[in-house]
Amino acid sequence: MSEAAAHPAVHQHTAPTGFIRKYVFSVDHKVIGLQYYGLAIVAVVIGMALSWLMRLHLGWATLPIPGLEKLSPAGAPGNVMTPEYYLSLMTMHGTIMVFFVLTTAPFAGFGNYFLPIQVGAADMAFPRMNMMSFWVTFVAFLALMSAFFVPGGPPISGWTAYAPLSAVGQTSGPGEGWGQTMWAVSIAIFCVGQLLGSLNFIATTLDLRTRGMSLARLPLSTWAWFITSVIGLMAFAVLLPACILLILDRTAGTSFFLPSGLVFGDQMLPHSGGSPLLWQHLFWFFGHPEVYIAILPAIGIISHILPAFLRKPPLGPRVLVGCIASIGFLSYMVWGHHMFVSGMNPFSAILFSVPTLVITIPATIATLLWIGSVYGSRMQFTTAALFCLGFISVFTTGGLSGFFLAQPTIDTYLHATYFVVAHFHFVMAVAAIFGMFAGTYFWMPKMVGRMMNETLGKIHFWLTFVGVYCIFMPMHYIGLAGNVRRYAAFTDNFLVPLIPVHKFITIAALLTGAAQFLFLFNLIWTRFRGPKAADNPWGATSLEWSTTSPPPFDNFGGRQLVVHQEAYLYGVEGASADFIMQTSSETVEKP
Amino acid sequence: MGKTFTIVLVAITVVSAAFFIFHGQLLWLPEDVSVHGPGIDHQLMETMVGTGILFLLGQLVLCVFVWQSSGRKEGWKPRTFPGGPKPMVISAILAVGLEILALSFVGSKVWAGMYMNTPDSQALHIDVQAGQFAFYFRYAGPDSKFGELHPEKINQADGNFFGLDPRNDVAARDDVVTATMAIPVDRPIQLTMHSQDVIHSFYVRELRIHQDIVPGLMIPLHFTANKTGRFEIACTQLCGLGHYEMRAFLEVMPQDKFDAWLKQQESQ
Repeated sequence: MSEAAAHPAVHQHTAPTGFIRKYVFSVDHKVIGLQYYGLAIVAVVIGMALSWLMRLHLGWATLPIPGLEKLSPAGAPGNVMTPEYYLSLMTMHGTIMVFFVLTTAPFAGFGNYFLPIQVGAADMAFPRMNMMSFWVTFVAFLALMSAFFVPGGPPISGWTAYAPLSAVGQTSGPGEGWGQTMWAVSIAIFCVGQLLGSLNFIATTLDLRTRGMSLARLPLSTWAWFITSVIGLMAFAVLLPACILLILDRTAGTSFFLPSGLVFGDQMLPHSGGSPLLWQHLFWFFGHPEVYIAILPAIGIISHILPAFLRKPPLGPRVLVGCIASIGFLSYMVWGHHMFVSGMNPFSAILFSVPTLVITIPATIATLLWIGSVYGSRMQFTTAALFCLGFISVFTTGGLSGFFLAQPTIDTYLHATYFVVAHFHFVMAVAAIFGMFAGTYFWMPKMVGRMMNETLGKIHFWLTFVGVYCIFMPMHYIGLAGNVRRYAAFTDNFLVPLIPVHKFITIAALLTGAAQFLFLFNLIWTRFRGPKAADNPWGATSLEWSTTSPPPFDNFGGRQLVVHQEAYLYGVEGASADFIMQTSSETVEKP
Repeated sequence: MGKTFTIVLVAITVVSAAFFIFHGQLLWLPEDVSVHGPGIDHQLMETMVGTGILFLLGQLVLCVFVWQSSGRKEGWKPRTFPGGPKPMVISAILAVGLEILALSFVGSKVWAGMYMNTPDSQALHIDVQAGQFAFYFRYAGPDSKFGELHPEKINQADGNFFGLDPRNDVAARDDVVTATMAIPVDRPIQLTMHSQDVIHSFYVRELRIHQDIVPGLMIPLHFTANKTGRFEIACTQLCGLGHYEMRAFLEVMPQDKFDAWLKQQESQ
C-alpha cells in the first residue's frame, strides 16, 4: 500500500463568515458532525420519553398519565393510553432510536467530526455533499415527526413495518393511513442521506490520508467508520427501493407485498400476486447489516479510547480490524435469522443459522482482545474509560443472548418474546450508547475546547451501568417464561403473574432515564462553564490531538501533517514519554 | 474507581446468573407437553450452560484484570497478555467453533424432526384461520373432507369465518368450525394455517411450537401433545390494535373425550 502522495489540503477555501455559513449551512465536517450529534440528542430525548410512556403503561395498564389526553385526544381518552396508542408510541420509539440515534450519532456524528482529522485531511472529500447529507437527514426527521400530527396519528406496525399490516392502508388499523405513509417517506429520505454520507466516508478514507498515514496506521475508530460506510452503502441501497415499493402498494394500487384474497371488515381487497415475505426479506437484508452499522462505530470508538487510559497499546489491533471487517462481511449472510418462523422454507433456517453462529467468532475474538488489553495495565479510571469497560461488559451480555436466538430450534420458543427485546436492547440501546457516551466524554474537550465535569460524569456512569442491567436483565427471564412482545397490556393467564417484573423494569427505566439528565446538564454546563481544554488533555496519540481544541476551520491551520508512527504507541519502553504521537519522528531503540 | 467497578460488576454478574441458575425454582420455563419438546429444551439447556459459563468467565476475568490494574503504583511498566492476540484467536475459534458445530448438528436434527419429515398418515388434520383478532379452527367432519375456501365469502356477522360455501360445496356442509382447538392426546396433529388479512402467529409455549401465519400461504405444522390440559394459543406477530388480546385455547383430551367433544360440535 503506497503512501498517499503529498498534496495540498483539499478545498483551500477561506474560513466561512456569517452565522448561516458558519453554523447552519456549513460545509465544515466538524459543524456537520456536531449537527448530527445535536439531532441525535433531540431524537434520543424524544425516544426516551416515548419509552417512559410505554413502560408506565406496561407496568400499570389502566393508569391515567397526566397530560396524555392533551397530547392525543384519540389515543388517550381520560389520560389512559389505548392499545393502538401504545403501539404507535412503540413504533415511533423504535424508528427514532434505530435511525435517528444509533445510525446518526456514533457514525454520522463522531465519524463526520473525526474521520477527516484522524486521516490528516482538511475536510471530507465532498464537503457540499456532506452538508446535503445532514440536511436530507434533518428533513427525514421532520417527515417522521409529522406522523405525530397527521390524521390517524403515527403508524402501529412497529419499526419493522411488516406487510400486509403496513401496506394496505387505513383499513388495517389506526395510524395506518397517513402515519404509515409519512413513516415510509421519512425512511426513504433517510436512506438517501446515509448513502451520501457513506460515499464521503469511503472517498475520504481512501483518498485523503495525509503523508505517512498508511492504512496500517489508521486509528481503529477510522477503520470502523470506513467499514461501516461500506456496509451502509449496500444496506441502505436496498431499504430505499423497499420503502418506495411500500409507498406504491399503499397509494398506487400495486401488489408487491399483497397477495390475493385479503379480507378486512368482510371486504375483499383487489390486490393480487404479491408476497408479504418479500417485504421481510428486503427489510431484513437491510435490517441486519443496519444493527452492525449501529454497533461497529461504537466498537471502533471504544477500541480507540481504551488504550489512551490503559496507557498501553491495544492487544492485536490488526486482528481487531479483521474482526470488524469479517463481522461486516458476515452481516450480509444472516438476515433470515429474523425469519426462522416466518413461513419461509425451513431449510433456509439452517442456512441462515450457520453464519449467524459463525459471526460470534470474530465478536468473541474482539471481546477477548479488549479484556486481554486490560491485563497488565495501570488504568486511569476517567469517565470515558469507565464507559469503555462498561461497554465490554454489556456487549458480552448482549452478544451471549444472541447465541440462543441464532439457533432455529431455540428461536422457535423465544421468537417474539422479551428475550429478543433483552438481546437487542443490550447490544444496541446499551452497548452502542455506551460507545457514544465514551466518545462524548473523550472528545468533548476537543470539539468545544472545554473539559466535562468528571464528578458528574462518574455519577452518570454508575447510575446508568447499574440501571441498564436492572432494566434489561429481567427481560431475559420473562422472555424464557414466554412473555410475548409488542403487547399493549398483559391480560393472558400466563402473563398476569409477570406484571410485578414489569413494574420493577419500569421503575428501573424511569430512574435510569432520570440519570441521563445529569449527562445533558453536563453537556450544557461544559459548553458554557467547563474549564478550558488543552490541545491534548489525555496524552493521546492520534492526529486529532495534534491540533487545537477546538480545531481551526481547516483542522490543522494550513499545515500538512506528516505521520511517522502507528496509532497506539502508549507505554513504549525507552521512549521519552509514556506515549508517542503519530506525528512524532521519534525512533525508539528496541531493548 | 477500578475496585468499585469490580465489586459492582461481580454483584451484577452473580445476581444475574442466580436468576438463571435457579430458573427451575423460579419457574421461568413452562412445562413441556410435546413429543418434540425435549429436543428443544435440551438444546436450550445446553446453550444456557455454555453461554452461562462464558458470561461468568467473561465478566469475572474482566473484573480480575480491572482490580489488578487499579492496584498498581506509579511507574508500573505495562505488560502484554502472554502470547499476544494469538491465544484469543485460537481459543475463540476452538471454543466457540466447537460449540457452534455441536449445537448446529444437534439442532439441525431437532429442527428437521419438526419441519422436514412427512407427517403421520394417521394425523388428525385441523385447519386454522387467523384474522384480526381471533383464531378459528376447522375439522373435516364425518366425510373427512375439507370444503373449499372462498375469501370473498368471509362474513363475520354470519359466523362464516373461513369463507365456506355449503350451498354449492358438498364437502363444506359438514365442516366443524370452532373457536377452541381440541385435540386427542398422543395423536399426531397436522395443522394447515392461513390468514385472511395480516400476518399473525401461532404460539403455544408448552408445546414449544411457534409459526407465523402469512396471508397468501398455506402453512403446515405438525406436532403431538403427550399430556392433557388446557393451554393458551397466543398471537405473537403484531397484527393491529387487538394483537395483545388475540388468543385461543388448546384443549388436549383423552381420545374418548375428544370423540365425544367432536360429536357434540358436529351436531351443532
